[in-house]
Amino acid sequence: MARLTARPTPAPWRALVLATAALYFLVPLAASVVFTVDVPGQGVNLDAYTRILDTEGFLPSLLLSLELSAATIAVVLLLMVPATVALRLTASKLRPVVEVVCSLPLVVPPIAFVAGVGTVLKWGPERLSRTPLFQTFVAVQNPDFPLVLVLAYAVMALPFAYRALDAGLRAIDVRTLVEAARSCGASLPHALLRAVLPNLRGALLSASFLTLALVLGEFTTAQLLGFRPFAVWIVNISGSQAQMSVAVSVMSLLVTWLLLLLLAGFGSRRAPSSTTDRK
Amino acid sequence: MTPPRTAAAAPAAPAAPAARTGRRARRSGALAVVPLLLFTAIAFGLPAAAMLDGAFTTRDPATGAASYGLGNLTASWQGAYLTALVGSVKLSATSAVLATLLGLLLAQAVVTSPLRALREAVLTASGVLANFGGVPLAFAFVATLGNSGVLTRELGLADTGWNLYSFWGLVLVYLYFLVPLMVLTITPALDGLRTQWREAAQNNGATHRQYWQHVALPVLAPSLLGGLVLLFGSAFAAYATAAAMVGSSVPLVTLQIADAISGNVLIGQENVALALSLDMVLVAGLVMAVYLPLQRRSARWLA
Repeated sequence: MARLTARPTPAPWRALVLATAALYFLVPLAASVVFTVDVPGQGVNLDAYTRILDTEGFLPSLLLSLELSAATIAVVLLLMVPATVALRLTASKLRPVVEVVCSLPLVVPPIAFVAGVGTVLKWGPERLSRTPLFQTFVAVQNPDFPLVLVLAYAVMALPFAYRALDAGLRAIDVRTLVEAARSCGASLPHALLRAVLPNLRGALLSASFLTLALVLGEFTTAQLLGFRPFAVWIVNISGSQAQMSVAVSVMSLLVTWLLLLLLAGFGSRRAPSSTTDRK
Repeated sequence: MTPPRTAAAAPAAPAAPAARTGRRARRSGALAVVPLLLFTAIAFGLPAAAMLDGAFTTRDPATGAASYGLGNLTASWQGAYLTALVGSVKLSATSAVLATLLGLLLAQAVVTSPLRALREAVLTASGVLANFGGVPLAFAFVATLGNSGVLTRELGLADTGWNLYSFWGLVLVYLYFLVPLMVLTITPALDGLRTQWREAAQNNGATHRQYWQHVALPVLAPSLLGGLVLLFGSAFAAYATAAAMVGSSVPLVTLQIADAISGNVLIGQENVALALSLDMVLVAGLVMAVYLPLQRRSARWLA
């Protein structure tokens, strides 16, 4: 198409907007780094970073968060992958149901959800103390590995995982893939495992990354239910060791961002059209 | 990670007649969805039901007898709870409106920029920043503009009466994830504005201002409004940032609920936290009820 009007020339307002935005988004990050290395009265040093590993509670809380992430990712994928693949293959009538179910957690703010979870957990001691169910309630609240957090995180991750997997499945023709594999003599499980899943690699990764980022940063649920994964630990030490807490935040930010950037790069290279409808 | 086993896998004999395989496949297909539905029924349904039940259950402080009624809900609309609800709505509305305007400006600057790389960079960064929130965000701002923050010290902001742990401080922090969210939401709509529309308006003698007032803004309106309520919803539900930053110096409904869950309530009011949660769900539901139709409407122009 002929471009009759000239492309807009670099306007001063645009430079102003972009410069302001850059300042607003970069200064807090730069200031955080300065805050951690520049100790008033002592000059610049990296103590806040070198001491992280020795600080009490750092490794256990980080490990707990990582274990919770792994378990949550496993639960989410085990639940969602068969369901979304089946929706594409044979159970398309159930699609609206699954769509609604997977969007429900968006309507309930995390804190309201925690209030509900807390109430359910209180049923244990109050009403069920004589029944075998009580043991279940105790088991899911084991402080070494609180299963109840895995359940809660899996619920919170459902909307993101559903969107990621659905976008991935939309990009490939599952039905044809399965039929082609079956024609070549593969059994249905074989076709699903060897033909469909490898094609979903991007979507699986994206769902896992989003879940990982969610669990690593999650604070509300864990704090209010009285557990102590990473995010809760940072807040707990922030009172006594402000610099260390900021240093750890900066590190965790960088790691999370790296993950998400990798994901963004990966996603845009694989399927440029599917990125627009993710949000 | 090991590839998850697919449960859709009732092994169908390859040689079976087509009709039977079809029926069996349909049944096994439905079976693959069942675990997901069961899981949500338990992990999401139970807490939701408990919240509803508790929100309507009033316990008599003297006798301990429970009865159904609206006591908790009416209590949640009074006194400190009402202040917190109003505070949350005010904070979310202010930051959502500001973020909508700033996000629109930024997105427009990026969309009209001749630099392709700039656009990619801003959109990727927005995707990352929009997911940013919670504790690290609070700490980044505390380190920057808090009482002993770097900028506070360097610029001597303390003397000017600057206080991060206030309403406007929170607005400033919330913009950090709301503006990128708006950029992501509005960019497709801005891309949908055709050059021909501007040319047509100019050929008919319209000024720049008239073009925006009569063409661009009406087309953008559903996306803008949809984005606005989406931002409102995410600001309304935010808890970790505020909790890590201000404690309870700004009245917010999420902080009140957390306080009540932790046991800081009067006897007989234990369930007010659940009533407040229900209030929040109602607001969030309302937001979605506005957002979804608007999103569908804006899709019309972007097709």
